Amino acid sequence: MNVMSFDTALPVIFMALMGLSMLVYVVSDGYDLGVGMLMHRASPEEKDVLIASIGPFWDANETWLVLGIGILLVAFPKAHGLVLGELYLPVTLMLIGLILRGVAFDFRVKAKATQKATWDRLFFAGSMLASVSQGWMLGRYVSGFGEGWNYPLFAAAIALALPMAYVLLGACWLVMKTEGELQQRAARWARIAWAPMVGGLILISMATPWISATVRERWFTLPEVIALVAIPLTTAALLLAVRVLLTKRLVLASVSWLPFVLLIGVFVLGFLGLAYSIYPYVVIDRLTLWQAASSPAALKVILIGVCISVPAIAAYTVFSYRVFRGKTGELKYA
Amino acid sequence: MDALILARMQFAANITFHILFPTISIALGWILLFFRWRWLVAGTPEAKQPWLNAYRFWTKVFALSFALGVVSGIVMSFQFGTNWPGFMEKVGNIAGPLLGYEVLTAFFLEAGFLGIMLFGHGKVSERVHLMATFFVAFGTTLSAFWILALNSWMQTPAGVELIDGSYHVTSWAAVIFNPSFPYRLAHMLLASLLTCAFLLIGLSAWQLLKGSAQVSAPKVLRVGLTIAALAIPVQIVVGDLHGLNTLEHQPQKIAAMEGVWETERGAPLLLFAIPDDKARTNHFEIAIPKLASWILTHQADGEIKGLNEFRDAHPPVLPVFWAFRIMVGVGLLMLATSWLGWWLYRRTGWQAERLPQRLLWLFAAMTFSGWVATVAGWYVTEIGRQPWIVFGLVRTTDVASNVAAPLIALTLALYVTVYAALIVAYVAVLKYMAEKTEQVIADAAVEEAATPAGAITSPVVSRSFR
Repeated sequence: MNVMSFDTALPVIFMALMGLSMLVYVVSDGYDLGVGMLMHRASPEEKDVLIASIGPFWDANETWLVLGIGILLVAFPKAHGLVLGELYLPVTLMLIGLILRGVAFDFRVKAKATQKATWDRLFFAGSMLASVSQGWMLGRYVSGFGEGWNYPLFAAAIALALPMAYVLLGACWLVMKTEGELQQRAARWARIAWAPMVGGLILISMATPWISATVRERWFTLPEVIALVAIPLTTAALLLAVRVLLTKRLVLASVSWLPFVLLIGVFVLGFLGLAYSIYPYVVIDRLTLWQAASSPAALKVILIGVCISVPAIAAYTVFSYRVFRGKTGELKYA
Repeated sequence: MDALILARMQFAANITFHILFPTISIALGWILLFFRWRWLVAGTPEAKQPWLNAYRFWTKVFALSFALGVVSGIVMSFQFGTNWPGFMEKVGNIAGPLLGYEVLTAFFLEAGFLGIMLFGHGKVSERVHLMATFFVAFGTTLSAFWILALNSWMQTPAGVELIDGSYHVTSWAAVIFNPSFPYRLAHMLLASLLTCAFLLIGLSAWQLLKGSAQVSAPKVLRVGLTIAALAIPVQIVVGDLHGLNTLEHQPQKIAAMEGVWETERGAPLLLFAIPDDKARTNHFEIAIPKLASWILTHQADGEIKGLNEFRDAHPPVLPVFWAFRIMVGVGLLMLATSWLGWWLYRRTGWQAERLPQRLLWLFAAMTFSGWVATVAGWYVTEIGRQPWIVFGLVRTTDVASNVAAPLIALTLALYVTVYAALIVAYVAVLKYMAEKTEQVIADAAVEEAATPAGAITSPVVSRSFR
C-alpha cells in the first residue's frame, strides 16, 4: 500500500474541508432558506415567530458558504474560475436572492409598518430564488456541465427538488422550535414537502450514474456495490422514519427534534454518496483536485489558520446554539 | 463596450456598494462598545439613560449596516472567480491565504458573535455580552487588516518570486507588511472613524431638527463632533504621508492625480482642469504655481514625473484626477464643519437646543460625507493602479474572464438596480428611524421584556443584571 506524501495529501485535506463547509452550509442555510419559503403560508403574527426562530443564526449560516467558496477560491483556483464561469448566471441570481432575503430580514422590522408586507414578500422571493438557483447549480455541477438536451432537464429537476428539500428541513426546524397551532401546521408543511424531496433524491441517484460513466463504474462494480448499498438503504430508512414520525402526536411533544436530526442524517449520507461519486475530481471528468490545487506552500499556510480557527468556529457555533436553545416562543429576554 | 470594461464596471459596482457598509461597521462597533461602557460606569439612572438610549438606537443602525455588508461580501467572494479567473491562477498563492485568513479569523468572529450581541442580552452574563460586543468590533477591524494587506500588496507587491507563470511567497512578513500597507490601513481606519462620526453628527442633528431627539442626541452629537474634530487633522497628515509613499512606489498614479503630463520641476497645483487622455494634455487649467511640487516633495522646485514617461502603463487620467479632488474637497469640508461645530457647540455649554438651525442643517447635509470621501479615495487608488491588477507584475487584461459581454452587461444591470434600490432603502430607513427615535427606543425596551428570540433585530439591553 502506498502512502501519500503530505504535499499530495494537502489537496485532499482541503477538498474534505471544502466539502464539510458546503455540507454545513446546505444544512444550516437550508433550514433558514426553507423557513423563508414557508413565509407566505404564515399569518402576520406567525411570520414574526418564523423570523425569530432563525434570527440569531442566519448570518453565521451564510458564512459557511463564504468559507466553502473561499476554500474553492484559495485552494483550487483553477476550479473556482471554471466552475463559476460555467455557472455565471445562476450564481448571479443566487447572490441577488441572498442579498434580497438578507436585507429584507433587517429592513422588515425597521421600516414603516406599511412597508413590512413588501419586505416579507421580498424575503420569500429571495429565499426561493436562492434555493432554485442552488438546485440548478448542483444539477449542472454533478453532471459535469454536460451539453445536450438531457443535462439541462436534469438540472431543472434538481432546481425544483432542492428547494423542496430545504422546505422539508425548514418545516422540521419549525416543528422543533415552535409549539401549538404553528407547530401542527409546520408538521403538515413537512408532510407536503416530503414526497417531492424524496422524488428528487431518487432522481439524482438514478441520473448521476446514467449521465456519467465514471460514476456508474464506481457504484456498480463488485464487490464495492455490496458495501455501498448501505448508503441508499440507510437513507431510505431515515426518510421513512421522518415520514412516519410526522404523522405521530409524539412529534409535537417530546421528540420534536427528531425529524430535524434524522433529516440532517439524510443530508450527510447524500453528501457522502456525492463525494464518493466525484472524488478525486473537483470538476467531474475534467479536473482532478491535484490539477486544480494551489502550491503546497500556500496550502500549508492556510492549513495553520484552519487548524486554529475551525475548532474555535465550531466552539462558538455550538455556544450560540446553546444560548438560543429551546422553543422560540418560550425564549424571553432578561 | 468590451467585456473587460464591463467586468471592471461590475466589480467596481460591487466593491463600491460593499465598502459603504464595512466603513460604517468597523468604527461603529468600537463606538457602540464606548456607549455600552459609559452606560455601565454611569452612576445614577439619569446619567445612564442617555447612553442606554444611544446604545439601543445605534445598535439598530449597526445591525442594518452589518447585514448589508455581509450580503454584499458574499458577492465579492464569487466575483473573484467569475470576473478575474486569471487573478487567482497567477497570484492565488498570495491572495488565497490572505483572503482565507480574513474569512477564518474575522468573518466568522463577527457573524458568530453578532447573534449574541443583538439577541443574547439576558441569556448570557453581562460580561459575556460585553465580550461579544468586543469580539464583533475586533472582528470587523481584523477583517480590515487582512483585506487591506492584500489590497496594499496589489499596489506595492513585495516578498514574492515568479515560478512557472505564477507567483510564490518568499517572505510572508514582506507580503503582509508591504511598503504601502501601514499607510493604507491607517488611512482606511481613520476614514471609517470619520464616516461614523459624521453619521452620528448628521442623524443627531436630524433628530434635533425634527423634534424627535431624546436625551441621548446631545451626547451623541458631542461624541461625533469630538471624534471628527480630532480625527480629521490626523487623517490629513496620514493622507499626506500616504501620498509621499505613493510618489515613491507608484509615480504614475501621482502624475494622474495631479494631471502632470510632462516631467517638471516646480509643478503647479491644478485646482481645476479637464485632462484629455487622447490629446495628452489638460484643458481649462486653473493652477497655483509650484504648490504640487511643494506638497509632494516638500520643496518648491521638486521634480514630479509626468505621465509621458509611462506611455502605455499609466491609468486613465480624468477619473483619478477628479476623484482625488472630490476626496480632498470633502475632507476640507469635514475639517471646517467639525471644528466650527465643536467650537459653537462648546460655546453653548453643550446645550443642543441652543444651536442655530442653519448649523444643524449643515450637519444633516454632511451625514453621508464620509461615504463620498471614502469611495472617491478608493477610486483614486484603484483606478490609479490600472492598467495593472497587481502593480508592475500582472496586467488586468491578462486575468479577465471569457464570459460574453452581453451576459456581463445583463448581470451588471441587475446588480446596479438592486444596489441602487438598497441604498435608497437604507437611507430612507435611517431617516425614518431618526424621526421616530422615541418609538425605536421604546420598542427596544418592550422587546426586552417579552419577545421571541430574534423577533426584532434590536439592541437588547437590560437594566436588571442577572
